[in-house]
Amino acid sequence: MTEIFGIPIQALMGQLTIGLVNGCFYAMLSLGLAVIFGMLNVVNFAHGALYMVGAFFSWMLLNYAGVNYWFALILAPIGVAIVGVIIEKTMLRWLYQLDHLYGLLLTFGLALIIEGIFRHNYGSSGQPYELPDVFRGAFDLGFMFLPKYRAWVVVMSIVVCLATWYLIEKTKLGAYLRAGTENPKLVQAFGINVPLMVTLTYAFGVGLAGLAGVMAAPVYLVNPTMGSGIIIVVFAVVVIGGMGSILGSIVTGLALGLIEGLTKVVYPEASSTVVFIIMAIVLLIRPAGLFGREK
Amino acid sequence: MSRTAILYVVLLAMACIAPFVGYPLFLMKCLCFALFACAFNLLVGFTGLLSFGHAMFFGFAAYACAHSAKVWGWTPEVAILFGTLSAGLMGLVVGWLAVRRQGIYFAMVTLALSQMVYFICVQAPFTYAEDGIQGVPRGKLLGVIDLKDDMVMYYFVLAIFAAAFALIYRVIHSPFGQVLKSIRENEPRALSLGYDVDKYKLVAFVLSAALAGLAGATKSLSLGLATLTDVTWQMSGEVVLMTLLGGMGTILGPVVGASAIIAMGNYLSGFGSWVTIIMGATFVVCVLLFRRGIVGEIEHRLGKKKSP
Amino acid sequence: MKRKLMTAIVSAALATCATVVQAQQGKLSDDALKIGVLTDMSGLYADFGGPGAVLAAKMAVEDFGGKMFGKNIEVLSADHQNKPDIAKNLTQQWYDRDKVDMTVENLNSGVALAVTGLAKEKNKIAIVTGAASSRLTNDSCAPGTTVHWVYDTISLANVVGKAVVKAGGDSWFFLTADYAFGHSLEKDTGDVVKANGGKVNGAVRHPLNATDFSSFLLQAQTSKAKVVGLANAGGDTVNSIKAAAEFGITKNQNLAALLMLITDVHALGLNTAQGLYLSEGWYWDMNDENRAFAKRFEARNNGKKPNMNQVGVYSATLHYLNAVKAAGTDDTAAVMKKMQDTPINDVFAKNGKLRPDGRMVHDMHLFLVKKPSESKGPWDYYKHMGTVKGEEAFQSLEKSQCPQFMKKS
Repeated sequence: MTEIFGIPIQALMGQLTIGLVNGCFYAMLSLGLAVIFGMLNVVNFAHGALYMVGAFFSWMLLNYAGVNYWFALILAPIGVAIVGVIIEKTMLRWLYQLDHLYGLLLTFGLALIIEGIFRHNYGSSGQPYELPDVFRGAFDLGFMFLPKYRAWVVVMSIVVCLATWYLIEKTKLGAYLRAGTENPKLVQAFGINVPLMVTLTYAFGVGLAGLAGVMAAPVYLVNPTMGSGIIIVVFAVVVIGGMGSILGSIVTGLALGLIEGLTKVVYPEASSTVVFIIMAIVLLIRPAGLFGREK
Repeated sequence: MSRTAILYVVLLAMACIAPFVGYPLFLMKCLCFALFACAFNLLVGFTGLLSFGHAMFFGFAAYACAHSAKVWGWTPEVAILFGTLSAGLMGLVVGWLAVRRQGIYFAMVTLALSQMVYFICVQAPFTYAEDGIQGVPRGKLLGVIDLKDDMVMYYFVLAIFAAAFALIYRVIHSPFGQVLKSIRENEPRALSLGYDVDKYKLVAFVLSAALAGLAGATKSLSLGLATLTDVTWQMSGEVVLMTLLGGMGTILGPVVGASAIIAMGNYLSGFGSWVTIIMGATFVVCVLLFRRGIVGEIEHRLGKKKSP
Repeated sequence: MKRKLMTAIVSAALATCATVVQAQQGKLSDDALKIGVLTDMSGLYADFGGPGAVLAAKMAVEDFGGKMFGKNIEVLSADHQNKPDIAKNLTQQWYDRDKVDMTVENLNSGVALAVTGLAKEKNKIAIVTGAASSRLTNDSCAPGTTVHWVYDTISLANVVGKAVVKAGGDSWFFLTADYAFGHSLEKDTGDVVKANGGKVNGAVRHPLNATDFSSFLLQAQTSKAKVVGLANAGGDTVNSIKAAAEFGITKNQNLAALLMLITDVHALGLNTAQGLYLSEGWYWDMNDENRAFAKRFEARNNGKKPNMNQVGVYSATLHYLNAVKAAGTDDTAAVMKKMQDTPINDVFAKNGKLRPDGRMVHDMHLFLVKKPSESKGPWDYYKHMGTVKGEEAFQSLEKSQCPQFMKKS
């Protein structure tokens, strides 16, 4: 058996593939954060909570309305986006003139409220979400046994991430968005409805989190605390990547998932801290982040 | 005596009679958290740095103090000092990394690093993970005064609090404090005036971390335990809320905010999951409508100039 | 039929007792008997104890007759939010202000250690049901005030380890939560496995509250061990089982959860949990008496069956009340003596015995989670695989690390 670092190559490849799945969730969440930050200058602490809401919406759709996974994949993110619109319209917009820290504090409060409400209604032990039948079983890749659903998660999230990148970097709408970030007054003067664009950006960003939640539902237990655990890691990912570039946040998310997967084989005790250690190293070498521009 | 001086004397007198009216253990907890919030406020209110990971200093110092008092049998004052110093040292390392970024990045970096400290505390054998360090002896102060009685312990805690509060007050009104405020108001300006901004920030950070550690260490002795609760990100959030509710950048605000939040946690404990929801709602209301906080609002209404 | 008759006789006897109590003389300190149920009402363990535990204590008081020496028995409850310092504060207030005589439940090891420590100081009885830490009757013991009623890590390791090896699962691989609790669970079980002729192929340590267990399970898979022992708890156990089902590990290997209750199985669903070994001290579908109790309980608990912890609260509270009555006082030492002298025979335990170190010794059972096709409906989850006698399940008094008992041995 071939070995790398004394680990059978099969096991290594298996772990890396699994790391990639986690990396996909990191990528989708940090992408959403980056989009929101770019337009609103708000670090959305509620991002994790809304990811959890996405998972819960799909669970509710299945259990209360009998709506299957495929429709949930569309409906739940829209539901989360609507929640996002409400948050932006009623609360966030009053804070744009203030220190950015207030945005962070407000969304932190919102995260507590959302998590609390779901905990109150559904308890903390989590709800199971049954896999759709199509995904039962696994591919035998020779070196590992890859569950079909995980393969789907990887493909789907990479497609979504690239589509988002294309939308923002290559289309006219994206150009408005980027221009709006640079100089909102000027763009407004060109007759573009900037406040609407801001609202939609926020809705889109949290919609991405909702989508990640739906995709995570069958993998993890649908649990009110599933968001708060992941959001802090995603923050570290964002600090490592820097929020300046869309592509950067996607790449960093995937890469850190891989590194985490690798750590689980080499030294599993450190697998929960490795991302933070990398963050510290990046801060020392390149304070602005790997893809960031110093403001 | 000036009006402010009278106010502080009255408050101190009230704190001295408090244990005859209220519940000493609860009051001690209030004082510890008030000190924690004051330490935090030194950073956010007077330097403009929002740390979202202050629980790491509070909780880690609690562990250090509890461990040294229980396992090594150190006297309370040495154990507390040890806790404070270890938090200060940790503050030095964390601050050295974190001051490289500003604003929200600073908040995220501190949050991430504190999560790392949390994971370390979960795994390290001396913390006993979920069980926590329990049955920490209060010991004898200087080897003479037995702190076992709640009343005696209360006055010991009050003395620590008063001393630390006076220190914070002095720092804020010192030339050093003026520089910190200028950094808060306009960092590039301070930089152009020739101040080594990062160094000032780092000193403020270490000071704040050490004082947060002092609060944590004192808490672990007064309650006789040190647990994971104090290192979690929720605790970091709680201290932000205390300061925000009381009034960022006011001297007494954190004390008021901390007492309010601790009282809330205690009296609402029958409501269970509602506690989190109420906390979140308080956050939202404070940010949207009440950014000056309780004390800030009072000062504003009284028409006083905000000049701490 | 015989059981039904028994229950009828028992309840008739209870009814007579209740009337006799009125006449019987006895003294209560502060002229009242108050029981505090300290539990997690809303957090991670709310299904484990929570409102169900409070209900169980209330049912015990009702079944006892509701009055002690002519005075009403009060049940107080509070939510410790899994924070030991809040728990300690609440308990202290209960003792000082509300004059609570006994606290029960106290789940979560951190909380249990804090509360029993305080109870020792104040000389009050604290009955722990939900916490698993064996430290409560070992290095942190408080004989005379601490009572550990339902189970501990040592008994879980003993029962699962022994019975699974007997059932043919003689090679093990552990999936261990990387902190003190997980380590001791792994070590205790590993020792039992080896002592019974099995072998341990290895272990992997995962961080507490890890989100994804698939990579750890892959390592378990490559170990080719017959049994994968889950030395973790709560959400970690649930997520491990979920990932194991997803990766098809359960096809060739059996999982053995060291700390899991029926409420967790209910949350997971049989599709995922099938084929899992676990140990409990009580299951509702074992006999008529249990079924009757479960029926009464679920009618008042939103249709949720009781788990062993909740029944443990019922049993412990009832035993305490009977001891107070027999002692004629609520004095701690006298009541404790009666509790130790009287064997425990109720819906929870048969011939249970409270040892002087505070450990309540009773039989434990090994269960296998049914396949969905074998289950008749919700809550029909377990196949009974064997019973381990109390003396074998729990740590013997000779091995105790409790200072008072180390000298004697």
